[in-house]
Amino acid sequence: MQPPAEHVHWMFATGFVVLGLCLLAEAIVGTEVWSRRRWRAYLWPGTLFLMGVLMWPVMTFFTNSTIHMLAHGTWAQVLMLAGATELALVRGKISSPWWRLTSAAAFLVSGISLLVHEQNGWFFQRSSFLHHLTGWVLVGAAAIPLGRCLRPRSIALGSAFGLAFVVVAVLLFCDRDLAPVFGHLSPVAGAPHR
Amino acid sequence: MNAELVSELEVPRHRTLRARFVSTLGPLTILAGAAWALLQPSRITLLHPHGQTFWWLVIEPPLLVIAVGLLFQLVVLPGLLADLDAASR
Repeated sequence: MQPPAEHVHWMFATGFVVLGLCLLAEAIVGTEVWSRRRWRAYLWPGTLFLMGVLMWPVMTFFTNSTIHMLAHGTWAQVLMLAGATELALVRGKISSPWWRLTSAAAFLVSGISLLVHEQNGWFFQRSSFLHHLTGWVLVGAAAIPLGRCLRPRSIALGSAFGLAFVVVAVLLFCDRDLAPVFGHLSPVAGAPHR
Repeated sequence: MNAELVSELEVPRHRTLRARFVSTLGPLTILAGAAWALLQPSRITLLHPHGQTFWWLVIEPPLLVIAVGLLFQLVVLPGLLADLDAASR
């Protein structure tokens, strides 16, 4: 009953769409309005934390190499750290906007993990291309939460933060276990699944 | 023109703009999922379920996108618009 790896990517992509919509809505209406109902305030940090927790079974059941295990384990930790920090910010346990550096760290570490654990070139197959692209998107997007530390009330930065999650979701939805990318498929990659 | 009246009109217009923007998020997400389903019907395995395994029938990416849009529109948005309205009064 173990899902294929591509399905796991699509489930996480769905989580990223939820995060993106919530963050975009919060950026548009403002944090004060968004936080008027407690459940709503906890919605996106809770989802982020849950996605970190769910990365542990991914690490356990989808470990086909040591570097995959390290990458998935690192993602689990940074996602949980960023989610827990945002939950503490909402709860009022911590208040400094500099705590949002954990989100920047989560983006940066996730991006580097993606780039490091992809052993093939960009055009080896689709998942290789997407690993490289998603990695660089996340490394670049790490500047957004960094900017939010400096300007926590910026609508532009808040919207960009939400859109970054939507972009990552689109890239994850494009992922297939074995498929060509722009007509390229390495002969040693194997036969496309479907 | 009475400047006081103009300043009174600014707040509702601003509120309406934000309300309009946030109200488009759900429908846009649903539209994106529906467009994806039309462009790539092969991703909806429910349309050709014969011989498909469990996960291929449960995880249908375009339908998941539509579901997220519906969830946002029906669960999150109504309260958010009410709070946005209350905050601007």
